[in-house]
Amino acid sequence: MDHKSHTKALHNAYIRSLKKEKYWVRFYQLVIFLIFFAGWEIASKNQWIDPLIFSSPSKVWELFLIKVQDGTLFYDLGFTLSETILGFILGTLLGTILAAILWWSPFLSKILDPYLVILNSMPKVALGPILIVALGPSFTSIVAMGTIISVIITTIVVYTSFREVDPNYIKVLQTFGGTRFQIFKEAILPSSFPVIISTLKVNVGLSWVGVIVGEFLVASKGLGYMIIYGFQVFNFTLVMLSLLVIAVLATIMYQAVEFLEKKLIKNN
Amino acid sequence: MTFLNVQDIHHTYFTKSNAVTALSNISLQVEEGEFISFLGPSGCGKTTLLSIIAGLFQPTEGRVELEGKQVATLKSEIGYMLQQDYLFPWKTIEENILLGLKINHHLDEEKKAYAKDLLLQMGLSDVESLYPKQLSGGMRQRVALVRTLATEPKLLMLDEPFSALDYQTKLHLENLVSDTLKSFGKTAILVTHDIGEAIAMSDRIYLFSPSPGKVHKVFEVPEELRECSPFDTRNHPLNAEIFQTIWKEMESLGSQESHKSTP
Repeated sequence: MDHKSHTKALHNAYIRSLKKEKYWVRFYQLVIFLIFFAGWEIASKNQWIDPLIFSSPSKVWELFLIKVQDGTLFYDLGFTLSETILGFILGTLLGTILAAILWWSPFLSKILDPYLVILNSMPKVALGPILIVALGPSFTSIVAMGTIISVIITTIVVYTSFREVDPNYIKVLQTFGGTRFQIFKEAILPSSFPVIISTLKVNVGLSWVGVIVGEFLVASKGLGYMIIYGFQVFNFTLVMLSLLVIAVLATIMYQAVEFLEKKLIKNN
Repeated sequence: MTFLNVQDIHHTYFTKSNAVTALSNISLQVEEGEFISFLGPSGCGKTTLLSIIAGLFQPTEGRVELEGKQVATLKSEIGYMLQQDYLFPWKTIEENILLGLKINHHLDEEKKAYAKDLLLQMGLSDVESLYPKQLSGGMRQRVALVRTLATEPKLLMLDEPFSALDYQTKLHLENLVSDTLKSFGKTAILVTHDIGEAIAMSDRIYLFSPSPGKVHKVFEVPEELRECSPFDTRNHPLNAEIFQTIWKEMESLGSQESHKSTP
């Protein structure tokens, strides 16, 4: 009896210490955030750094308010965000479909192996000019950039995970007379979900790279265009604003993928 | 007509560097309702033979017939249990036990009720909505047995299904499997390297010798032991006698092996 209450007290103390640690982690995260922006502001005000190049948080905030009020920020943001999300989904989906085709036909996968290696090691953004000429300087070619940058690496990673599924799960299905499609649906695909989700996380970052580079090259709107335009007219406040907005959006997308991960794989 | 007829099986695995003959000249017959064991050291092709009988792949030579029909054409009449449960971790227990029925498109309310009833018979209640990782090893292997039995196979293959369990659970499960199979009148083939288990479970034991795998000797388990439960068989005075006989045979196999490897 006494022993029991003692254990309970210890457990409570343990929970308290966990909470306390979490509290301190949040505290220091906030401290870093504040020091960064305060330091930036002060350094810029006192001309320790060139305010023309590095701007300052207050100027970025002012510009943010102006662009929110006249609606131009949301216009650019919506454009870039839709390109990125589309490129991200297409890249992951096409990569997974390609991986499934390779799994389906081991013969084909042997044939295509060296080509995958070449395509993977090639810098995909270098294809930008060709895409623009082929698809036109438009939404389509930017989405294509966002897609192409992640599709090959997704194919390779997901295909590897398909092949590493424990053959005994396949054997279980074969003893029930399972077809190759049933084996894929019941064993191969679900057991690869954790890998697919982790490629999603990588692809969030990659798609942003593809889309921003695409916009550098062609766009007349979007966050990438804001960066390149700000650079051309030497308005670095615009560049900084765009960077901060991208940082926030990319983080939100990443969090959304993590949320999806928790929903999809509770039991592995 | 014999229930299961295994005729002149040869099987050779081909790799780039060599061709390994895993099985040579295997013929055996099993009658309906019998429990057979394949006993032998590892690497004597027991699992290969089991897979061939289950129709998972074709032997290089020979044929396997269940009730006069080639096994490759009737996969769903043969159930197969592996060394570990291999329950799908992302499926609930209910989804797991219905998997076989779903795969061969026989899932209906009646079969569903049958599978759930089997689960109760195995002493597993209120587990349908749980996930495999929430169960103990012995419970999971029982669920795997339900999954195998749910499709009502005529012939059951047991590929060392107790080898990954602790001793106590293993003894419990041996009794449970033996009782269940007897009550359903199922025919079963057990692969094992445990002499005690082979004696406890089966009516007849095929002792295999390795490289290439072939039937070395066949032992009939005495009538008295067959009627006992596996647990009682282990404690029966006759058990020690037949254990000694088989043990000596296996020893002689081992010594032949060591002679072979020192030219």
